Amino acid sequence: MLRSFNALLVRDLKLAARVGGSGVMGLIFFLMIVTLIPFALGPDLNLLSRIGPAILWIAALLATLIGLDRLFQADQEDGSLDLLRLSHAPLEIVVLAKVIAYWLVTGLPLALAAPFLGFLVALSPEAMLAMVATLMVGTPALTFIGAVGAALTSSLRRGGLILAILVLPFMIPTLIFGVSAANAAVGGTIPFMTPFLVLMALSLIAAVVGTVGAAAALRSGE
Amino acid sequence: MRLSVNNLACERGERRIFQGVSFTLLPGEALVITGRNGAGKSSLLDILAGRLHPASGAILLDDADERTLPECLHYVGHRDALKAALTAEENLAFARDFLGNPALKPREALDAVGLAHAARLPVAYLSAGQRRRVALARLLVAHRPLWLLDEPTSALDTTSQEILRLILESHREGGGMVAASTHSPLFLKDAKEIRIERNPLPPSSAGEGGERSGPGEGPSLIELGPSHDPRSRQGHPLPQRGEGKAGEG
Repeated sequence: MLRSFNALLVRDLKLAARVGGSGVMGLIFFLMIVTLIPFALGPDLNLLSRIGPAILWIAALLATLIGLDRLFQADQEDGSLDLLRLSHAPLEIVVLAKVIAYWLVTGLPLALAAPFLGFLVALSPEAMLAMVATLMVGTPALTFIGAVGAALTSSLRRGGLILAILVLPFMIPTLIFGVSAANAAVGGTIPFMTPFLVLMALSLIAAVVGTVGAAAALRSGE
Repeated sequence: MRLSVNNLACERGERRIFQGVSFTLLPGEALVITGRNGAGKSSLLDILAGRLHPASGAILLDDADERTLPECLHYVGHRDALKAALTAEENLAFARDFLGNPALKPREALDAVGLAHAARLPVAYLSAGQRRRVALARLLVAHRPLWLLDEPTSALDTTSQEILRLILESHREGGGMVAASTHSPLFLKDAKEIRIERNPLPPSSAGEGGERSGPGEGPSLIELGPSHDPRSRQGHPLPQRGEGKAGEG
């Protein structure tokens, strides 16, 4: 079972790294949004640093979403999904390996790039650290929630839009607690750990519900 | 291991594709499934592979050491299940690790289908026939007793068809089972053959325009349960759903 898990994880990471893979797409999209916003808002550093965490979080959410429709659809189209059903490992393991691979090539780079992009929105050093921490802990929730939608829309030709409509409402709690944790780190009345622990809990719940839900969606979508 | 299929029926989109399919496969046996286009050959293989649920009937697997049917089989379908961005060797290495029970190394398997020279090429660069051979090489990288092949000879040249035949025969000699749907003869020794026929077209349904009607529309659209005897449907006085499409393809 572990062997199957590793094989699939390595395969998806290789695919993301190859030409035409989704590896850097999310990161570039993230960069584009965060770069454009200071130009649109003008050089008001106080305003930028106040809304900076929110901008980074919205950008991270959209960047996670942008490649998500291909998560299972690519395997569905070329028949690989049929191969993935033949393993000793249950479909949940398959989903888990694919989602973790997806997070490693989208969510993790976003979190690591946040300090550099934080310069563009005039974040203070503490706020940058808080952004890394909240994105690191919060983006798995976004990916796992999105995986359920990706599994549901895997057999649809243009599933991307339906996927976004399906999963965005469920991503809102993560967004709220992610931004409020990042804001709490630089001041405010609530301590940082309160929203941060809720964010962690959201990720853990999403990891369980998302894995089981996506596997169930793949099973019923035959 | 023994696979027995009993009175299997298949419905897709609320339309009966085939019914009353029964056969038994013992180690070393091969089954060739023939039939017109759209008769349901692929659907039968899909049911065996666990991708579709049968409308009725049973599939029994004996002496399989507590493995489920999908864990006992290889499936090579119309789509080759290869990743275009990965090399042929990487594709096979993945299948070998992922499926478990490793057999031949990817290089050896590619050698067996005459593609050793293409091992390091991305599958995107290969021709349709070469891709099909890489997909067939997947049969060799992991031990699975039952091979389900959906038109395995499509896009293959005569030399490759002969290679495929030899691979299938040696799999059978080792106690393996083969079920293949095909239009061109596979020249397998003593292969069983079943022919899948679409239900005959009821004459009165010609005016329905081929559109499927939804459930609950019209008096004759009572859904038949899985246990329903399919033969009694033949004598139904009213036309069943839109079977006007059945004559296509």
